[in-house]
Amino acid sequence: MSLFSKINRVFPFLVQPGTLWLLLFTGLPLLVVLNLSFLSRNSYGRVVYEYTIANYTRLLQWEELLIILRSMWLSLEVTLLCLLFGYPLALFLSRAARRLQPFLLLLVIVPFWTSSLVRTYAWITILQTEGLLNSFLMSVGWTSEPLTLLYNHGAILLGMTYNFLPFMILPVYASLQKLDPTLIDAARDLGASSLQVLLRIILPLSKGGIISGAILVFIPALGYFFIPDLMGGNRVILVSNHISLRFTQARDWPYGAALSVALIVLTLLLIAMFLRWSKRSGEKVELA
Amino acid sequence: MRELWRQPGLFTYAIFAVLFLYLPILVLVVYSFNENASQTQFSAFSLKWYAALLSNERVLTAAGNSLLVAALSALVATVLGTLLAVGMWRYKFRGQQAVRFLFFVPVIIPEVVMGISFLALFNLLGVRLSLLTVIISHITFCLPFAALVVQARLEDYDLSLEDAARDLGASRFTVFTRITLPVLWPGIAGGALLAATISLDDVIISFFVSGPTSTTLPVKIFSMVRAGVKPDINALSTLMLVGTLTLAYMAHRLRNSSRNF
Repeated sequence: MSLFSKINRVFPFLVQPGTLWLLLFTGLPLLVVLNLSFLSRNSYGRVVYEYTIANYTRLLQWEELLIILRSMWLSLEVTLLCLLFGYPLALFLSRAARRLQPFLLLLVIVPFWTSSLVRTYAWITILQTEGLLNSFLMSVGWTSEPLTLLYNHGAILLGMTYNFLPFMILPVYASLQKLDPTLIDAARDLGASSLQVLLRIILPLSKGGIISGAILVFIPALGYFFIPDLMGGNRVILVSNHISLRFTQARDWPYGAALSVALIVLTLLLIAMFLRWSKRSGEKVELA
Repeated sequence: MRELWRQPGLFTYAIFAVLFLYLPILVLVVYSFNENASQTQFSAFSLKWYAALLSNERVLTAAGNSLLVAALSALVATVLGTLLAVGMWRYKFRGQQAVRFLFFVPVIIPEVVMGISFLALFNLLGVRLSLLTVIISHITFCLPFAALVVQARLEDYDLSLEDAARDLGASRFTVFTRITLPVLWPGIAGGALLAATISLDDVIISFFVSGPTSTTLPVKIFSMVRAGVKPDINALSTLMLVGTLTLAYMAHRLRNSSRNF
């Protein structure tokens, strides 16, 4: 038996510092938030230690539920757009010549190595009233007045989709790459059309990649507040900027904490749902 | 009949998609060198927006903060993450599943929730927001990513190397410094670079935990963009672009080199 192979230890020294750190700065803050969500505040916005469930009953009001539903709807739209635009690109990458693939993959990933804030700002300069796109549209005569391309739902969708696209492309590409090409040949020999091959072989066999991609897009999209903030002009209230505002401007920390707890529960439920869905379909989902 | 993915349509789509990915970044860089303040008319090449940045003290302070935070949090996160990855891989112990779960919490919790939870903790403990609070939170969300990169490197690590060294009379310490560390080195360096990139990139968490004197560059840019589009933001963004691209490319190279070991 190897001297250094898996050894049973009570709690190995090597994992102690990291675990302690995570307990202190991940576990503890979340407990603080949970506790905070049951507290009240006085008329000055200060937190007072009177336990109540009022924050949670407030959460069940229609306007508040609507904010959560709207955020989920936006995340769903972004996920579907990423799938729609990312899938063909992943398919193209996976079917390109083997020796070209690492280069092509790098070509697709490099833009996403840059800060998401910087990329969001770049879109704002293009879409603004005095921006490049408007001046182009006016110079070719498609419009005489500059259009309002920013600060609407479409702008948010564009910014979010652009930001999250690689999280869909990479897992889908990984699952398409593992697809056995002889399956396609076999289907073709038996007379299947390209479309049939796509719908009955390629799509079903890349389901695991699609599910991974959906988790990686949908969940972070729920918590991203600066893209809706900057590209939506702060007019659309989503659960992410709703939480952010409770802690910054509104000084209503207990309610912001209750919203955060709701968002965590929702996130965990969604992950569990996605994973169950993928288990039933027998596809491996890789998140790392 | 050609296969669907061999048809010119998909190829054309791929070209347009790649153009779409690069277009905003290209526009940003080009107009950062524009002599006038317009984002549409390019009049002449000029470095004046870069010069303006150099005399903007707040931007310089924020940039200095960001570099300090990235360096320190990458360092600590990598040390803690490496020890954690090696320990999790080498030992079996009670509660290992719980540690593994704890390890993934910072990855799956929405960023805005992580940000406010730090704010609530620091507030409860009476800690004033400063560079320290920023560094502590950055270490926390960088730790799992640094550990994951080291973990990937451990997958093709051969334990018999250590056994051989021990058989030949090396002490545990010698084995660690002469074998474990050199073999894991590309993973550790790759993890550190990834951690620094994530730290330099973070807006959401820093937004909550940085005080007025500890603003990081992304938080500063966020407030500048909120105030409106100005060419000096283009110049600043271009500089950030060069910085994060370099770091990310180095991390990418190191991660790939670790596969060929």
